[in-house]
Amino acid sequence: MPEFFTALLEHGFLQQALIAGLLASIGCGLIGPFVVVKRITFLAGGIAHSVLAGMGAALFYGFDPLAGALAAAVIAALLIGWVRLRWRTGEDTAIGALWAIGMAVGILFVSQTPGYATDLMSFLFGNILLVPTRELWFMALLDLVLLLSVALFYRQFVAVAFDEEFARLRAVPVDLFYLLLLVLVAVTVVLMIQVVGLILVIALLTLPAATAGQWTGTLAGMMLGATLIGALLTSSGLALSYAPDLPTGPTIILLAGALYLVSAVSAGVRAKRRAEQAVRATTTRD
Amino acid sequence: MRPSSTAAIAVEHLGFAYGDVSVLEDVSLRVETGEFLGLVGPNAGGKSTLLKLVLGLLRPQQGQIQVLGAPPKQARRHLGYVPQYPAFPRDFPIQVLDVVLMGRLGLSGGLGGRLGGGLSSHFGAWRRRDREIARQTLVDVEAGDLALKPIGALSGGQLQRVLLARALVSEPKILILDEPTANIDQRLEGEIFELLAALNQQLTIVVVSHDIGFISSYVSRVACLNRTLICHRTEAIDGSLINDLYGEQVRMISHEHSGHEHSGHGHSEHEHSENEHEHLKHA
Repeated sequence: MPEFFTALLEHGFLQQALIAGLLASIGCGLIGPFVVVKRITFLAGGIAHSVLAGMGAALFYGFDPLAGALAAAVIAALLIGWVRLRWRTGEDTAIGALWAIGMAVGILFVSQTPGYATDLMSFLFGNILLVPTRELWFMALLDLVLLLSVALFYRQFVAVAFDEEFARLRAVPVDLFYLLLLVLVAVTVVLMIQVVGLILVIALLTLPAATAGQWTGTLAGMMLGATLIGALLTSSGLALSYAPDLPTGPTIILLAGALYLVSAVSAGVRAKRRAEQAVRATTTRD
Repeated sequence: MRPSSTAAIAVEHLGFAYGDVSVLEDVSLRVETGEFLGLVGPNAGGKSTLLKLVLGLLRPQQGQIQVLGAPPKQARRHLGYVPQYPAFPRDFPIQVLDVVLMGRLGLSGGLGGRLGGGLSSHFGAWRRRDREIARQTLVDVEAGDLALKPIGALSGGQLQRVLLARALVSEPKILILDEPTANIDQRLEGEIFELLAALNQQLTIVVVSHDIGFISSYVSRVACLNRTLICHRTEAIDGSLINDLYGEQVRMISHEHSGHEHSGHGHSEHEHSENEHEHLKHA
């Protein structure tokens, strides 16, 4: 750990990695809670995996892989959203198909691109130590998009996440905001890929929000909590993995899983104790 | 019967089917402004479907519906709706006041209004006026002390009052309730209907129920629906009518009940027990 802090002062790439982690946390805090309360984890997983098609195609044709990722994520989000809005059922199957087809297309493209096989690993599992400055700006831009959208339409997003039927009756364009929410999920996925890779994205998207949800009763509280927990996880994952030279993405995810487990157990204990106290209070009153 | 601007709801020769299962056939019904209509009928008799058509959540396959002289979708802003089952998960992290405030969506004008009331006020936050209305409405439905509780902590009766408040804050002209008392005990049922009777001074109310005997003392008219409209009348409901409606022998237990008698807020002051209500049971 101490080596990490001296190295952090010396090496620009570590500072950039730290900033990348913090930028990803903002997305994890803003959108993660919606994914958790709307129960669209599987959907977000489908978007994340289909992103490989875009990254592979971008590599093959010589574009920036992140631009390809963003395009693929948004297209996948709109496709899945359209299937759900159009047919109401069959969403599950569509997500599963997109998930696997996206991966298959991506791997075919990568296999046909000479000399890029190592990139595949960093797409899948992230490489926070290799985030160029240009991509930090890109991440900051995505954060800004997320922040503005959520700030402007917070009430509509909450209404659509909470009770679509009632929102529809209040003349909220539910389909539009549902699709917009999925697009924001897609943006968040791209934001996190550099840090933990597309396979592990889903954990960073949901675990901090779910952990925060065990301790707060409002969506805004979940957002704040998930942002802070995300920042804590990415920073400490980076610090812990540095000295033993472990891959950072998986370290971050393991920390997230451990924290979630500890939080779930202690929240359960707390709830049980409160219930016992409540029972005791009523019996003594009588 | 022609739909005219004076009717709150005008339904003409309405037909609707889910797939090839016909649910409503040739239903014509007119609800006048200021009425308190009770819509009764057996389960799967099409009551909820008719409400969804009036709300514009479903589109009629035959016939037409006018709400306040306009197609249902356009009239939505003037409708308050209390669903039979809340469509949201009970563990959703949200406080009662914020649930009620959702009824204020779509009330402001301009672009924000069209998008459901977003941009017109301070980013995603509610205006103070909206909050005051929501708080006052919670007090009106005797749920003022619940404002800051998480929605998951409410009992069935409390949740019903909160859903009613959510429908009322949108300042509706017509209030539509689907089995508002299905999940609560009969003592609370009386209280909710007292509240509706008071609201009826300003609002047109349509309430769906399967409990004919109970609602008939509160509503101004009863309409009976079993795929098609079997009756709508104000006079007392007798055994033969109920047989028509339910298509089988039903046991009718008639009792005097103190429906319109106020007994204050204390639940314990209610002395009548459950079976003092007029109550129907399938034999």
